Amino acid sequence: MNRRTRIENRLREALEPLHLDVVDESYMHAVTPDAESHFKLLVVSEAFAGQALIERHRTINTLLAEEFEQGLHALSQHTWTPEEWHEKGGVAPQSPPCQGGSGAA
Amino acid sequence: MDVLERIDEQVKGNAVVIYMKGTPQFPQCGFSMRAVQALQECGVPFAYVNVLQDPEIFEHLPRYADWPTFPQLYIDGELVGGCDITLELHASGELRPMVEQAAARAEGGAAAR
Repeated sequence: MNRRTRIENRLREALEPLHLDVVDESYMHAVTPDAESHFKLLVVSEAFAGQALIERHRTINTLLAEEFEQGLHALSQHTWTPEEWHEKGGVAPQSPPCQGGSGAA
Repeated sequence: MDVLERIDEQVKGNAVVIYMKGTPQFPQCGFSMRAVQALQECGVPFAYVNVLQDPEIFEHLPRYADWPTFPQLYIDGELVGGCDITLELHASGELRPMVEQAAARAEGGAAAR
């Protein structure tokens, strides 16, 4: 099972998201294309209601702790409730281009 | 000094400090670049630590506030978050007052001494 599928399964199980996108963006960075190192998440879940952004990100970081231990290097997170998702018009911002620093990790 | 004590001093000794890859002038990671740009647009002086220049901090910062990635922004001694949170706070207009107030409090504290 690749990392994207593992992340999807873990988040679906724990957060029952209304919408979930897990994108492997490793190809955008200074790593080999199959590195599975840089990911972007869009998670829309009622579970985030009443939580500050940092709490939502901490929840996800904790759920994915094993992946961080095993080479997950960057995780861009867009974590919204269904209401916020609707207000934002339903799209996640684009991730930035690499500036070369990944190789130093 | 222990590395976690060193980090603690930086975090508590600066109203606003960002741990980033590279420098504000020459960021070496797209996420660090975006976060530091948002901070610069607030127009308040801030401290930065280039984690690529300090392997010890690079290695141990993630466990200081239990946050696995860079950059990390601290305001008033508290972790605010990484790139995504910094950008969302900037977009919603919350970041500028947060850093302005932290800077003003730090200045007030310094003047009182």
